[in-house]
Amino acid sequence: MTHDPSTFNKHTIIAWLEDKPGVLSRVLSLFRRRNFNIENLSVGHSETPGVSRLTFTVNGDDQMVEQAIKQLYKLVNVLRVEDVTEKPAVRREMALIRVKVDAKTRPEVMQLVDIYRASIIDVSMDSLVVQAVGHESRLDSLIDLLSNFPITEMVRTGPVAMTRGAAGKNGNGKHARRMAL
Amino acid sequence: MKRTGAQIVWEALIREGVTTVFGHPGGAILPVYDAMPQYPVRHILARHEQGAGHMADGYARVTGDVGVALATSGPAATNLVTALATAMMDSVPIVAITGQVPTTLLGNDAFQETDVTGVTQAVTKHNYLVTDIDDLARIMKEAFHIARTGRPGPVLVDICKDVLNDETEFAYPEEVDLPGYHPYFGLDEQAVEAAAELINNAHRPVIIAGHGVQMAHAENELRELAERAHIPVAMTLLGLGDIPETHPLSLGMCGMHGEARANKAIQESDVLIGIGMRFDDRVTGDLDAFAPNAKIIHIEFDPAEINKNVPADVAVLGDAKEALQALMGKVKPAQHKNWMAQIEEWNRESQELDILNAEVDELIPPMVMRELWHVTEGDAIVVSDVGQHQMWEAQYFLHERPRQLLTSGGLGTMGYALPAAIGAHYAAPDETVWAVVGDGGFQMTIQELGVLMQERVPVKIAIINNGFLGMVRQWQELFYEKNYAGTPIQSPDYVKLAEAYGIPARRVTDRKDVTAALREAQEHDGPFLIEFQVKEEVNVYPMVAPGEAIDNLLRRRIVQGPSGLQPAW
Repeated sequence: MTHDPSTFNKHTIIAWLEDKPGVLSRVLSLFRRRNFNIENLSVGHSETPGVSRLTFTVNGDDQMVEQAIKQLYKLVNVLRVEDVTEKPAVRREMALIRVKVDAKTRPEVMQLVDIYRASIIDVSMDSLVVQAVGHESRLDSLIDLLSNFPITEMVRTGPVAMTRGAAGKNGNGKHARRMAL
Repeated sequence: MKRTGAQIVWEALIREGVTTVFGHPGGAILPVYDAMPQYPVRHILARHEQGAGHMADGYARVTGDVGVALATSGPAATNLVTALATAMMDSVPIVAITGQVPTTLLGNDAFQETDVTGVTQAVTKHNYLVTDIDDLARIMKEAFHIARTGRPGPVLVDICKDVLNDETEFAYPEEVDLPGYHPYFGLDEQAVEAAAELINNAHRPVIIAGHGVQMAHAENELRELAERAHIPVAMTLLGLGDIPETHPLSLGMCGMHGEARANKAIQESDVLIGIGMRFDDRVTGDLDAFAPNAKIIHIEFDPAEINKNVPADVAVLGDAKEALQALMGKVKPAQHKNWMAQIEEWNRESQELDILNAEVDELIPPMVMRELWHVTEGDAIVVSDVGQHQMWEAQYFLHERPRQLLTSGGLGTMGYALPAAIGAHYAAPDETVWAVVGDGGFQMTIQELGVLMQERVPVKIAIINNGFLGMVRQWQELFYEKNYAGTPIQSPDYVKLAEAYGIPARRVTDRKDVTAALREAQEHDGPFLIEFQVKEEVNVYPMVAPGEAIDNLLRRRIVQGPSGLQPAW
């Protein structure tokens, strides 16, 4: 099947994984060998002990995304996969940004931080560390502005997502999988 | 009852019905070998771990159940990788058990240490590293369950040596608890309905039947449906035997070296029904030009295969047997006389181009394959290697039933045939097993002749020796201006070699000696080797060049000679 990059969209996908040694490695190895275009991912604990939650963004057409989900389901340790792109969901990312400042530019940076409802979590004579949480587009815009000062160090967590309202639980894999087909 | 880790391995194997294992001992797996004599299991010593893996594969393909390979850590485990990848691509259930360095040395670059679960991640359905004896029984149970259920595949269990020596209270679990593994889906009645509707309205229907039909034991259902709705059946390489190739509705193999009638029928079809197959690139050729006017029905067990290569108009997710049974009740009897007449016309053209119908004096491989079919009366298990001979076998041996042809279709592993044939013998000791090999592939696993010698395994070997890595040479001839770089290959004196292993052998250089040699081998009680020194530069036709539409066929040129039609070599 040929793929036209002009039809590609970014999809936000959540996968619930058994929290066992090597599981993340299996997922990453799958992404690499199946040539899926993964833009970012983040993984951590879920509400259920023994289940970790992976959020990732894949860039591709519908068929490619369908393949990514189906291939993930073939991993024995993957419990459930959900594409939340079209669903009402909140997406948030965190960034820590070290900005070079002097006495003159410090207030400017603090003002920007204020506008973006970010916070300053470390201060030294010649730098500030900004903590920002928000939708990644909002982080992009803040980072763009701060880069004028300039930024000397930065880390972004990659977005995590959760559907709005009374959705999801990592529950019945079989049922969820049928839905994904 | 207290058991050591090594004993637990055997207790599990026995409970899973294992009677034969293929392996090669070494340091880290030694405790398992030490315990082996306590259990009623036959061990076949491979000469290389790849051979052990292919033997387990051949055993599994014939029985339809799990084949078991044993190996030690490090180089032994890495030697298994090719066999695991072969089994993975062709959905063959294998459980491979490897020894690993003691837990205290893990990650330490210890002697014969390799990160085996890391290395085999991409070529197994699942794998395990066992570092605690209390996990071992559960993991063995899960390994067999995963290997044989759903879409089957290889599972590797890597066990640290200290775990094998530890002792624990042994209890084999009755059930598995795998919350992320749900390989079975109920049949979607609506999809079956939609498929039946398409079939009932088809004028030029074609079935492509694959390996999945054999794995589901759905050959009878397939034939009944094809006969009822009068649908011709093309087969993938691994699907050969899904319907007898002598059946009037059989189109034979389709794809890169498929029958012209099969490829043309697929291209002209209005409804194309893929059953237990995955629209591999060797089947479809140029995807954009594949079956351009057909509605596609895809009956498939693995959801990830649906819409992977060819988008399905109707996807029936499920077991081929169950799906075909459900379809039978909804599909109306039909006759497609014009369609079958058109196919017969294509077939007539093919017959004129068939090298077996031309005047040929030389010894050529297609003739050997057809003679093999005659001599065995079509009743043998044939294990082919990879290359030209594999395609000639597929074309000229008329497969009658499932699990009759074993070959590495997906991975294309040269060296597969001899060890897989050994495995096939242990799975079906009453059947005649023929390994059909080229001079290239045979030299990749030739050391397994040692198993024939030691165990007197009555496998018959037909070497098609054309002095080249033939299929690669064919590509060089057609696409690289006959630049035969790296493809001429010398062979040892196979007859002497066989004698050195105590295996009777014949060399055939003349057409008139083919039948007698095959018959002698067939009737000989024990292993037998025949080297056919065939005409060197013969191509496999028809051929679809890679990336071309499957009806854009390269054909053999047949010209008028002094005494009749002859191939223009």
